[in-house]
Amino acid sequence: MNNAPRAHKTFMLNMGPQHPAMHGIVRLVLEAEGELIRDVDVEIGYLHRAFEKHAEAETWNNVVPWTDRLNYVSPLINNVGYAMAAEKLAGIEVPERGQYIRTIACELSRVTDHLTCVGASAMELGAFTVFLYLIKAREFLYQLIDNLTGARITTNYARVGGVKADLPQGFEEKCRDVFKKVREAVRDSDKLLTKNRIFMDRVDKTGVISKADALAYGITGPFLRSTGVPYDVRRAHPYLVYDRLDFDIPVGRTGDNFDRYLVRLAEIEQSLRIMEQCFKQMPPGKHSLEVAEMKNAFEFEDAGKFGNTALLKKYAAKVDQTLEGGGRLERGGIDSPSRSAVLPAKEETYGNIEGLMNHFELIMWSWGIRVPAGEAYVAVEGGNGELGFHIVSDGSDRPYRVRCRPPCLYIMAALPILLKDSYIADIIPTFGSVNMIGGELDR
Amino acid sequence: MSEPAAANPCQGERREAVPSAAFDALRELKERGYNVLIDMTAVDYLAQGREPRFEVVYRLMKLDLSSGEDRGRVELHVKVPEGAPVLRSCLSLWPIADWLEREVWDMFGIGFVDRPKIKRLLMYEEFKGHPLRKDYPIAKRQPLIGPASGERPDNPSFNTVRPAVKYE
Repeated sequence: MNNAPRAHKTFMLNMGPQHPAMHGIVRLVLEAEGELIRDVDVEIGYLHRAFEKHAEAETWNNVVPWTDRLNYVSPLINNVGYAMAAEKLAGIEVPERGQYIRTIACELSRVTDHLTCVGASAMELGAFTVFLYLIKAREFLYQLIDNLTGARITTNYARVGGVKADLPQGFEEKCRDVFKKVREAVRDSDKLLTKNRIFMDRVDKTGVISKADALAYGITGPFLRSTGVPYDVRRAHPYLVYDRLDFDIPVGRTGDNFDRYLVRLAEIEQSLRIMEQCFKQMPPGKHSLEVAEMKNAFEFEDAGKFGNTALLKKYAAKVDQTLEGGGRLERGGIDSPSRSAVLPAKEETYGNIEGLMNHFELIMWSWGIRVPAGEAYVAVEGGNGELGFHIVSDGSDRPYRVRCRPPCLYIMAALPILLKDSYIADIIPTFGSVNMIGGELDR
Repeated sequence: MSEPAAANPCQGERREAVPSAAFDALRELKERGYNVLIDMTAVDYLAQGREPRFEVVYRLMKLDLSSGEDRGRVELHVKVPEGAPVLRSCLSLWPIADWLEREVWDMFGIGFVDRPKIKRLLMYEEFKGHPLRKDYPIAKRQPLIGPASGERPDNPSFNTVRPAVKYE
């Protein structure tokens, strides 16, 4: 046998864009030396749907459905984040009950996000039972979200100035039942995985990231917390009602895949705690801003006859229940310049003419709400980290620019340092713990 | 009315810099403890007729590692003209700037000097134009998808830029 040292040759290996072990459409170009990865090139953009360009062409409220498609595992957080940024610019304050409802919605979404992440990456490591347990728990939560918003994924729940509707009847009781099942599923998965030799061999000390690297790459969320930095937007800049709630921020120590798994499981419990506190604290009252200014319908008619249509859009139409135009003599016009920003509830839109008119006014092109010119950046804690919306308004009915700061973009950019000098098999747990969501990454 | 920036802790203090001083300003901020580049993006003010046309926004955060507290944020606005790259890359300060600069190049066509060759991030190589510019029509067709003229054959008005709406 020839004893001369062999020159090690590297070869290129394409993983993706379509690969069964990839959670989305993403391409990793690996430079491998046998089983060892020497270099990685990450190529993204396969799911780019021009969210930011589309947002510039939509009215303020019509952008909300587009935000569902960002992180489609936790769409409610995106809805709320965008609505909060628009409200910040418009100077609108959401009623207290609305804020509690939004908090509950966000936390429901966070739990589904973490369940999906842990479940899917466990499945890829062979733990199919855990996947079934967690996805079943997620299914119960999706049914709650369906009950709350009318859709499982494309929720479109937040509105500028509030939310689509109040909590449905008996929602709290349903939540309590579901939380019990979620806790059970998490406990079972914990028993199956946390001390499991097969699982530990794959996740322990793999995909390690240091604090310094995490900071250099701007990483936030569970990924940063797994390195031991307890940064959480809910604590650092409390929004909604998070400053009134008692919750912990779980942190890891080593920043490896195992710590990220533990952090996510612990955060599920914290989210459930937050929701239980919200139900206890939630005041009765309005969930969205009330339709502020109403004018009798016949006044629209009168004004229209005189060609005076400029002011009409400032008011909502108010029609007598009998539809007979009663009250024409008794009431003068209401001339307050402030106007409603919030879409009426669906029952109002479909159920009576005033809701219909009001809805129509807000939806019609170039007639919707106007947000004062300015710039605002608002961050919320998304499933993967800080989800930010930087919005520029020029004072018209459409945003001038909407920038979404996608939390998983920063982690994907750091993927080469996570994977370098590890084995090809380590890609699976590491990539799973990144929780890449194509919709959010590529927008 | 919208609140002043200081009242919004996520947004932080607003600062401005000229392109030639931007890198030094960022380096100085980093030395003063702003250790995370939270975001970097651009806005095209063409439709508002501003000169110079673009504004690049850097968003920095001072993160306390042990308590996880955010000790303050800064947003640095840099007005950038169209054409030759005038901004120095901050890749040497924060490695994440690589991808963020690639995205800004991809979407706005703002170039950077002092960095490896810039490549599109979200779009593909054959893509023509920079889609988030205000003069890029929202329904423009691309050569790979066709037709090569960029016009939709069945609808001549489809490819026009919607004029700015005048409000009273």
